Amino acid sequence: MKEKHMNTTIKGIAAPLPLANVDTDVIMPKRFLITITREGLADGTFADLRFDNTGQKRPEFILNKAPWKQANILVVGDNFGCGSSREHAVWGMRQLGINACIGTGFAGIFYDNARKNGLALPIVSSESRDTLLEYSKNKSGEEISIDIVSQTIKAGEILIPFEMDTSTQTSLIRGRDDTLDTLEYTNAIHNFETQLDDRMRVNVIK
Amino acid sequence: MTRTLYDKLVDAHKVCDLPDGDMLIYVDFHIMNEYTSPQAFSGLESKGLNVWRPEAHLSVIDHVNATRSVEAHDAQSKLLIDNLGKNCTTHEIAFYGLGDPRQGIEHIVVPEQGLVVPGMLIACGDSHTTTYGAFGALGFGIGTSEVEHVLATQTLRYKRMKTMRVTINGDTTLGVTAKDIIMKVVQVIGAGGANGFAVEFSGSAIRNLNMAGRMTVCNMAVELGARAALIATDETTEKALKGHPHSGQFEFKGEKWVSDPNAIFDHEVTISGADIEPLITWGTSPDQSISITAHVPSAQDYVSPKAKKALERSLEYMGLDEGQSAQSIVIDTAFIGSCTNSRIEDLREAAKILDGRQVAKGVEAIVVPGSAMTRIKAEAEGLRSIFETSGFEWRPEAGCSMCLAMNDDIAMDGERVASSTNRNFEGRQGRGARTHLMSPAMVAAAAIAGHLVDVRNFK
Ligand code: SF4
Repeated sequence: MKEKHMNTTIKGIAAPLPLANVDTDVIMPKRFLITITREGLADGTFADLRFDNTGQKRPEFILNKAPWKQANILVVGDNFGCGSSREHAVWGMRQLGINACIGTGFAGIFYDNARKNGLALPIVSSESRDTLLEYSKNKSGEEISIDIVSQTIKAGEILIPFEMDTSTQTSLIRGRDDTLDTLEYTNAIHNFETQLDDRMRVNVIK
Repeated sequence: MTRTLYDKLVDAHKVCDLPDGDMLIYVDFHIMNEYTSPQAFSGLESKGLNVWRPEAHLSVIDHVNATRSVEAHDAQSKLLIDNLGKNCTTHEIAFYGLGDPRQGIEHIVVPEQGLVVPGMLIACGDSHTTTYGAFGALGFGIGTSEVEHVLATQTLRYKRMKTMRVTINGDTTLGVTAKDIIMKVVQVIGAGGANGFAVEFSGSAIRNLNMAGRMTVCNMAVELGARAALIATDETTEKALKGHPHSGQFEFKGEKWVSDPNAIFDHEVTISGADIEPLITWGTSPDQSISITAHVPSAQDYVSPKAKKALERSLEYMGLDEGQSAQSIVIDTAFIGSCTNSRIEDLREAAKILDGRQVAKGVEAIVVPGSAMTRIKAEAEGLRSIFETSGFEWRPEAGCSMCLAMNDDIAMDGERVASSTNRNFEGRQGRGARTHLMSPAMVAAAAIAGHLVDVRNFK
């Protein structure tokens, strides 16, 4: 295991973002994708929600208002992260300082991208999500905490359990590099390949 | 033990279990484009890794290229285009770039090249990789970190999904296409309703579809949240495997690529084919659709305040009134293209409607064939001249174009587009652009009428 960091609790201010079906183009509009690096994506994150056509901050948008400007946790609507597979959406959220996103369910590719980049996505029931939306709106400025190991969210006196599969949990805690980890299984991959006959091997014409 | 087609595909590709509940699965074939791959190649380089099996990958240019000419329309997109070419040269990966007669939208190119056969596992840094399920192959979209992972290891970490079967029984009526079938499924199950599921489509309405139709269905299954879509193989599949550049080079035998007769699915949905009508979307999510003969919803149609608010927001963005009839929606632009509907079969359907008719005054109508090969075929069949005579602009270069507007084909703020694409999200076709999804024949009909219209009125 290549270990990068230990991260078992995420603490901070949560911002409510109740819209359903927020797609990855809303998170990272396409004009920021014309790039060959991972960096410099913080400004693009939620750009059309944060800024107007002239580049001015929209004062009414939650992440532009105190105290949510400081938020590092989002409480989101159903099916967050749907649409395109672009990992830029997750890179951008991390660069904007978002460490966790609490919702009822996430699109599959977004979920996998998140866990590769240390963005925690605790899954809660609709009722719990609504409770947290209210809490983050009303008790603004009060921190909540997400314990990855015990899989509980603590908001004041409220304790909320969340779902997270073991491998995602391990991934977040250890911050592992999946590519390097998998190369420790090189023999198993070679063995698998020797069982494939030539008729099962793709060879793309150049 | 009986198994679903999905389980057979996963079992056939499992390399080993991993300690924390995931497994490693083997990727037979992997496709890359210019915008979700650059950071994967730089990841390899920074870790000093090589590509595990270069001949199992294909790269195409499709997302950012201009469609009016082979020249990039600006310096930034040229950078992305050149970067992929350079990465492929370095790592000895097949590259179908601009000007190559095999270039086009990835999900159009792959079947056309005979690069998908039943039983395969295919990954690509694009969500619409579900398309390959039409061939009884397991295709799914991945992020850039996973692209790096496939390049370096030819495998992915994977977790088995739950299974859902969607059965569409009975024949559909005249004028109803594969696009209407999948739009109906998305309407019934909801965007995100199949998150965490692999969906198998079955029933006579699916069996009766040709391969192009099956691809349209599997392609848009991702709008349900499905990470994989499948259709069992049959004679239609077998026939489609012949006559392509890679045909006969490989086959994935050993299993019948169908679900066992008594296989149990975690969830079942049944839809009556006869009840499906030509559909259009009115909102900003692919599940916000209605029949072309119906009316846009009103606040009174909803109970919860949340749903009322969502309706209000969608209608405001779309510039529509509550209860407005679908056919009263006037369009500015008609777009035929995308990996959902720009195959030769789609162009033929649209041309049938356009033949002998004229695009309405004031409507800008554009058609972008899905690949260079599709374009050549369409031109040879006389489709180009039908499109051009009717007033459509025929684009010479293939690509995603106005499906996501990453090139210079961008709809303006407030511009209303009848579109054969797959996503009507806010800003998808340009900031403030208003997208109505529908079948290519319905787009052609709307172009002629100048407003959304029932294609069944066009004989
Ligand atoms: S045509 Fe549209 S949906 Fe298909 S790959 Fe291109 S951008 Fe994605």
